[in-house]
Amino acid sequence: MAYLSKSPWILHYDASSCNGCDIEILACLTPRYDVERFGIINTGNPKHADILVITGGVNEQNRSVIQNLYDQMPHPKVVVGVGICACTGGIFKECYNIAGGVGEILPVDVWVPGCAARPEQIIDGIVKALGILEQKRADMSRAEAGA
Amino acid sequence: MGRQVVVPFGPQHPVLPEPIHLDLVLEDEKVVEAIPRIGYVHRGLEKLVEKRDYKDYIFIAERICGICSFIHSVGYSQGIEALMEIEVPARAEYLRTIWSEYSRLHSHLLWLGCFADSMGFENLFMQSWRIRESVLDVLEETTGGRVIQGSCKVGGVRKDIAAPQLTQMKAGLDILQSEVDDLVAVFTDEPTIKSRTVGVGHLSKKDAWELGAVGPMTRGSGIKSDMRMLGYGAYEYLDFKPVTHDDGDCYARCLVRAEEMSVSIDLIRQAIDAIPEGEIEVKVKGNPDGEYFSRVEQPRGEVLHFVKGGGKKNLLRHRVRTPTMANVPALVKTLAGCQMADVPVIVLSIDPCIGCMER
Ligand code: SF4
Repeated sequence: MAYLSKSPWILHYDASSCNGCDIEILACLTPRYDVERFGIINTGNPKHADILVITGGVNEQNRSVIQNLYDQMPHPKVVVGVGICACTGGIFKECYNIAGGVGEILPVDVWVPGCAARPEQIIDGIVKALGILEQKRADMSRAEAGA
Repeated sequence: MGRQVVVPFGPQHPVLPEPIHLDLVLEDEKVVEAIPRIGYVHRGLEKLVEKRDYKDYIFIAERICGICSFIHSVGYSQGIEALMEIEVPARAEYLRTIWSEYSRLHSHLLWLGCFADSMGFENLFMQSWRIRESVLDVLEETTGGRVIQGSCKVGGVRKDIAAPQLTQMKAGLDILQSEVDDLVAVFTDEPTIKSRTVGVGHLSKKDAWELGAVGPMTRGSGIKSDMRMLGYGAYEYLDFKPVTHDDGDCYARCLVRAEEMSVSIDLIRQAIDAIPEGEIEVKVKGNPDGEYFSRVEQPRGEVLHFVKGGGKKNLLRHRVRTPTMANVPALVKTLAGCQMADVPVIVLSIDPCIGCMER
């Protein structure tokens, strides 16, 4: 990917993580990693977001919240699961309140394993997601042109 | 008097990295009542004691929360060690203390940043987190993990810090201290911060006591309560005084945490100077039997680990009472009567750690 055609905004939601991964996502925004210089902004509003970043194995109370956030995001959109909890439920997989990973609920485009996932890994994951986002956008405009 | 409306706050909200929901009952701009709803990150990890060996369970105990991680593992292992009457080597106690204080530093810096962010002071957020990275570097160099260290175990610690590195850490602390001083000066003197925090979210000494608040929340209301005074780990041999302020508002809580950073730096220095040579762990044999309450001081206040064993590999019960849980009643109290615009600042002022609270 040579350049970004858009400043991608991310929406971060904690679906029952231990928040180790969450603070690492925040760390990506701060001076050492500083993803904001690429135009990547952590937004609080799903209607402005392109990338949904989810941490933690999904618990029962969170299911509807995640679905709701996802549905509110405009197309095209990508989902990134951060941390081993988001991938499979991780260390909490056998807990009674854990569905076992974001994939149970949403179509996930990029997985970022690690406990906690390190900022470098998270950035890698986001960059990968950007490629997929571009692809989806191209597909969408092709479909529109065809229609 | 206006009509009452209910405004939902959360679970996904820009100022919160973690989900908590508050129903704010408003009369015009005034919050009449705040009704919390929790459970968004409840995992039910206490139940896992039935599936995991008590020695392996420490990994789960550490993942109760990614910010207070190390101190949770200390609390849990101290509980088991007390049950089984294990004598932890002195060097391990010192190492635990050093890492605990580094954890406190990273947590407080994180909090100061988020607090600044809650009033829209983005630059200060960035500065706090920039300084925090140097603390995380030390944790990573010495344990291998940035936020989850995994270096504490039942019977001691997994890793040692060599003497040259300890010396290097001390040099790093001097730099850290000067950076922290600059940062704290902004928090104490900046009129923007004062205008948003002085007199906001007041919690009286009596209420703090009656509602059972813990940690900086009580110390900000003038109560001298700090579990480190119990003298667990190496605190017994180190010299420190808990920081208290009397005003009970958001500003006082901010000052408590800001000043505690210097205390932590000082504690690490003392520990590095006094650390004895020797083993870092003892062999653990047998299974725990009986029950024990282990209390340690998190960055957010007292955490209670209750462990109960029945002479088997698996514990019968593990119960955690985390500081945020203890502080929620006080939070609800301070929110009643505040201005809508102050809600994020007050919520942040208890240093909410939802991961901890709901486990
Ligand atoms: S992957 Fe590890 S650090 Fe991340 S949320 Fe899960 S337990 Fe916490």
